[in-house]
Amino acid sequence: MNATEAEQFERIVLPHVDAAYNLARWLAGNDHDAEDIVQEACVRAFRFIGGHRGGEGRAWLLTIVRNTAFSWLKKNRPHAVVSIDDDELAQIEDQTVTANGVFSADKNSLRAALEALPLEFREAIVLRELEGLSYKEIADVAEVPVGTVMSRLARARRQLQNHFAQKEGES
Amino acid sequence: MNCAEIRLLLHAHADSELDAANSLELERHLKTCAACAAENKSLHALRATLRKGDLNFRAPDSLKKDLRQFVGDLSGEKNPRKEFDPQWQWLWKFLAFGATAFALLAVFLRPLGISEHNQMLDQIVASHVRSLQVEHLTDVVSSDQHTVKPWFDGKLDFAPDVKDFAAQGFPLVGGRLDYLDGRAVAALVYRHNKHFINVFVWPAADALKPATEMRRGYAIINCATNGLHYCLVSDMNLTDLGELAGCLGR
Repeated sequence: MNATEAEQFERIVLPHVDAAYNLARWLAGNDHDAEDIVQEACVRAFRFIGGHRGGEGRAWLLTIVRNTAFSWLKKNRPHAVVSIDDDELAQIEDQTVTANGVFSADKNSLRAALEALPLEFREAIVLRELEGLSYKEIADVAEVPVGTVMSRLARARRQLQNHFAQKEGES
Repeated sequence: MNCAEIRLLLHAHADSELDAANSLELERHLKTCAACAAENKSLHALRATLRKGDLNFRAPDSLKKDLRQFVGDLSGEKNPRKEFDPQWQWLWKFLAFGATAFALLAVFLRPLGISEHNQMLDQIVASHVRSLQVEHLTDVVSSDQHTVKPWFDGKLDFAPDVKDFAAQGFPLVGGRLDYLDGRAVAALVYRHNKHFINVFVWPAADALKPATEMRRGYAIINCATNGLHYCLVSDMNLTDLGELAGCLGR
């Protein structure tokens, strides 16, 4: 460990702590676990900082946060990590929702809707809609092909649309 | 494209990840299909709701403070800051002066082309990424240079040099018409192990020795020879990409 590594860490990792926390918080579901995950991820990031090959620090850090979060979840909440079947694409086409194109939702119900999504879908939505990552970046972070990123986003959004359509029906 | 395919591609389109040809086809479809158009409207409404929802969690200040402390401890303990030796002060002054002068020169004499060049690199990377999505890597699929080269006839105002480099480890996959910086260019697609390489080709007035660059994690090499500019882009490393540049330059 030397000053150069610490400087690199300061330059590459620290600007993206909010993004790291946001992803960890959405994956873990509470503040306390999210903080633990980010701290552990940052220690790992520091260890791997020599392997950072230039480019955007954010996607690099988010990959480490993602891996840390998934190992943490597998260990502490195995039931939360249920692999989704990425081939069930046909399913999304069956359910045609005739939403009126308007979604009225307050922050709490939006959060609840996102939290109800399966882990991989929630991850895709958070990285795309909240962090603004490209499909390629999401594919790198989640270690899946770009096509899978697109289908996960499509299915996640479909579930959210259904969720709000149902709410609207209830009210 | 049928409605089922459109429903999926709507997402890539909304995320600005769909290539120009498929976007056009999709937009044409939306004009005639009310169901898909409604779906598209609903998708955009959902995205707007998510964006406006203020859903990002921000890291607590205590966590940020801990992390800064963590860095401070690491850099401090092994490398205590040394006081400057007075006899070296003239050197530091000299260096500081040099750095300031250099910065001023860089600001005032910066070639106007830099931002244009950056835009061009962004376009090249975007084009490469798009080409790998939604199966629009090639318009003409062939490892035979004598099939790919004539395919460009009449589509471009120049004749790109098309060669297969399978023997050197870079088999030709095919070709595609693309647009860069407002002009039609030839895109030749090569493969190296599992990596795809886009080689964009357009006419060049002057020869250019291979210039390497990294952009958003992609390796880019520009070179020009025999009146043609070659721009290679891939997610491979620069050294391997350099080999292909060497083959093209021959």
